[in-house]
Amino acid sequence: MSQLIWNGLFVGSFYALVALGYSMVYGIIKLLNFAHGDLYMLGAFSGFAMLGAMGGLVRSSSLVALFVVLILTMVATGLSGVVIERVAYRPLRGAPRLSLLITAVGASFALEYGTRIVAGPNPKVYQVRLDGTALHVLGALITWQQLALMAVSIVLMVALNLLITRTRQGRAMRAIAQDPKACLLMGIDVDKVISRTFFIGSALAGAAGVMAGGYYGKIDFLMGFIIGLKAFTAAVIGGIGNIPGTMLGGLLLGLLESFGTHFVGGQWRDVFAFAFLILFLTVRPTGLLGERVTERV
Amino acid sequence: MLEVEDLRLSFGGVLAVDGLSFGVGAGEIVSVIGPNGAGKTSAFNCVTGFYKPTAGRIRIDGADVTGRRPSLIAARGVSRTFQNLRVFGEMSVLDNVRAGTHLWLRQRVVDALLHTPRYRRSEREGTEEANKWLDFVGLRGDRAGLVRNLPYGEQRRVEIARALARRPKLLLLDEPAAGLNHGEKAELLDLIRRIRDLGIAIALIEHDMGLVMEVSDRVVVLNFGREIADGPPEQVRGDPAVIEAYLGRDADEAEVEAAREEVGGARGE
Amino acid sequence: MSDTVQDPPVKPVKGRGPTFVTRFLESRHLGWAGLAIGLLAPFVIATPYAMDVMTSAVVFVMLAVGLNIVVGYCGLLDLGYAAFFAVGAYTSGVLSTELKIPLLATVPAVIVVTVLAGVIIGGPTLRLRSDYLAIVTLGFGEIIRITANNLSITGGPSGIYGIPGLFGDATSSQVVFYYAVLLIVAVAVLLAARLGRSRLGRAWRFVREDEDAAEAMGINTYKVKLAAYIAGAVWGGLAGVLFAAQLSAISPASFTFLQSALVLMAVVLGGMGSTPGVVLGAIVISLLPEVLRGLADYRFFAFGVLLIIVMIARPQGLWPHRSRER
Repeated sequence: MSQLIWNGLFVGSFYALVALGYSMVYGIIKLLNFAHGDLYMLGAFSGFAMLGAMGGLVRSSSLVALFVVLILTMVATGLSGVVIERVAYRPLRGAPRLSLLITAVGASFALEYGTRIVAGPNPKVYQVRLDGTALHVLGALITWQQLALMAVSIVLMVALNLLITRTRQGRAMRAIAQDPKACLLMGIDVDKVISRTFFIGSALAGAAGVMAGGYYGKIDFLMGFIIGLKAFTAAVIGGIGNIPGTMLGGLLLGLLESFGTHFVGGQWRDVFAFAFLILFLTVRPTGLLGERVTERV
Repeated sequence: MLEVEDLRLSFGGVLAVDGLSFGVGAGEIVSVIGPNGAGKTSAFNCVTGFYKPTAGRIRIDGADVTGRRPSLIAARGVSRTFQNLRVFGEMSVLDNVRAGTHLWLRQRVVDALLHTPRYRRSEREGTEEANKWLDFVGLRGDRAGLVRNLPYGEQRRVEIARALARRPKLLLLDEPAAGLNHGEKAELLDLIRRIRDLGIAIALIEHDMGLVMEVSDRVVVLNFGREIADGPPEQVRGDPAVIEAYLGRDADEAEVEAAREEVGGARGE
Repeated sequence: MSDTVQDPPVKPVKGRGPTFVTRFLESRHLGWAGLAIGLLAPFVIATPYAMDVMTSAVVFVMLAVGLNIVVGYCGLLDLGYAAFFAVGAYTSGVLSTELKIPLLATVPAVIVVTVLAGVIIGGPTLRLRSDYLAIVTLGFGEIIRITANNLSITGGPSGIYGIPGLFGDATSSQVVFYYAVLLIVAVAVLLAARLGRSRLGRAWRFVREDEDAAEAMGINTYKVKLAAYIAGAVWGGLAGVLFAAQLSAISPASFTFLQSALVLMAVVLGGMGSTPGVVLGAIVISLLPEVLRGLADYRFFAFGVLLIIVMIARPQGLWPHRSRER
């Protein structure tokens, strides 16, 4: 029982980290960024490339190396997110929603198969495996690496929340989500804020990618597809566009999957998650913490 | 025809419409006026089902339609235009007006798949009807071309023709004169009268006081979501409450003032 | 060049008259021309491999035309269209192998099942903003594929094999089968085009252009969207039957997101809402890998980039929809 809860929370913190980027971008420009899951994949691959470049250095102190790589990867994926927004989404701002969605699908495709061209179609094995001794807490088996990764996730999420609620930058983001035109009139550089939002969201996804690489050990160019869907599910459960809601949604989805897997079998895990998504959209489309919005005619 | 009773609408605590009651009789032209933000368009959106009122009743021909979806209210014989012009830009002018025929055109999917005589007949009927209303509103320009290629004033005509092709009993016009020049306004005045002569009741939101006073049978004045006067134009014009709220300055100055209010409102948010 | 300078400046003419090309593109005989090309193709090349590729292309046309109803006409993004393809293929595959009946006899059941699938997925999600539909259909596509992978009646990962042909015997010649598929798909294309030019088809376009204005004209946008979604589901399901008949074996690997994305690509590239455009797009997308063998690795990358470029530079596609007024 407590093992199931722990597993759920652990996987859920990954979901939450990826879902945040989804949620932030949706909150600010109302775009479902299908390429978001692929930024997670890109993070895993850029981490892989950096570890490869560091070579022998890695062996000596793997946790420190992974931490350095994590930071560098966040910068790299963050910049990729900015470039995607600049090249693919910005020219279409104000275009019909359908065009933007299709562009997002295109961006996702380009990222996946672009990575395939560069890195090859076969899965890669991470050079660093985090392993450590396990602890027994209330009957659950918890490893040090899980604790470390979860701590990183929590730190990142707390930092994000502070950024959004306490800084000018965060206030500008919230303002744009409310009314981009008014922000323009008030002298806020909307383009810049949107770029930064993409940077932060993508960086978080990239961080999750590196952590997943280090934890699971194996990465491939399609790994972002399912996690993208899961992250969206998490965002919807919590209330898309709502930051604390999204974090909650990630953890809840992790728990649901953990219990679902236990009771209906692992091969049905994804079916279980997506069926839950459809159910949730039917019953409470605004999510647990999302507010009901009246769209003005 | 239309009865609105004690209508209330709030957006997260802000009362946009606060206990509004008014009616439109058959074949009558009723104007709803008031300063910007008085709740006119919100009231229209409640009547046509786009907003769900917080409280109150809306009846059409005696039948309660409060909170029903817009298409159902349209099916009851209500048609409308929008304040900020909602035409189907990427479709032809004729197709736009054909939208109005949707509710009464007798054509089933099977007819369309097999191109039965009924399909041909109904398509011909729809096209004739569309052309008839385009003639009626006096559209100038290519009817086979895309609507977005027409000048603004002509697009407004298309929107009105579309609403008329619905063959409504009640037509709601939301600021039809906005953005029109002097000559076009005169044509609009004439058009509204001709629509009334067809026996269609009209509810009109308008800022152009000249037009309102000229065309209306009755004028309802709103301020802060409340009705402050209801009567024939001459009576409303002399009503002290109205003068105080709205007509004390002449129309042009009121518009300047209203624009100022809008800017102030945006800054406040 | 000097004499052109002396010519009086040409006044810009509003709404230029129909040129030969535009008249041809809008011609009612265009469909017949397309069908004739399809009928004559086996006389040009009829190797077993070529027949196989051509049959696949024609089935792909049916898929694209079905998705066009949803995406092109109604403006709803369906990213799990392969799911209906799979539902159709599996329904007819399971029924025909279990009951030992010809595939054509399973068509009524396929229609019922795909309509049900359309209602189950479209019912709850079409009430929401259109972008939710995109992601829910994506999830639905995965649900169907994983379910087929896990159940024993669908044969698990290895799928179903030994599916009889359309008329009961799997041994009929490839050319005959090609012609049968071609005629069925030609009818399906015609019917889809006719739907597009009907009262319902116009309602779909109104919804795509402006949902509020459509509602105000008395169009129940929810019902109309559900109708588009169901029509798309039926077209996709029937394409699945043809697919099962062609391969006589189906497995979950044929119904991935990649397949859905390729169909979407065909619709977007050809021109959303334009029947000739979508047919052309489908043929291009399905024949391209045959032409560009060596570039297989770059193909999907190029598709992704192309989607972005088309949306930014030419959102109406290669062959845009034109209304047929007078």
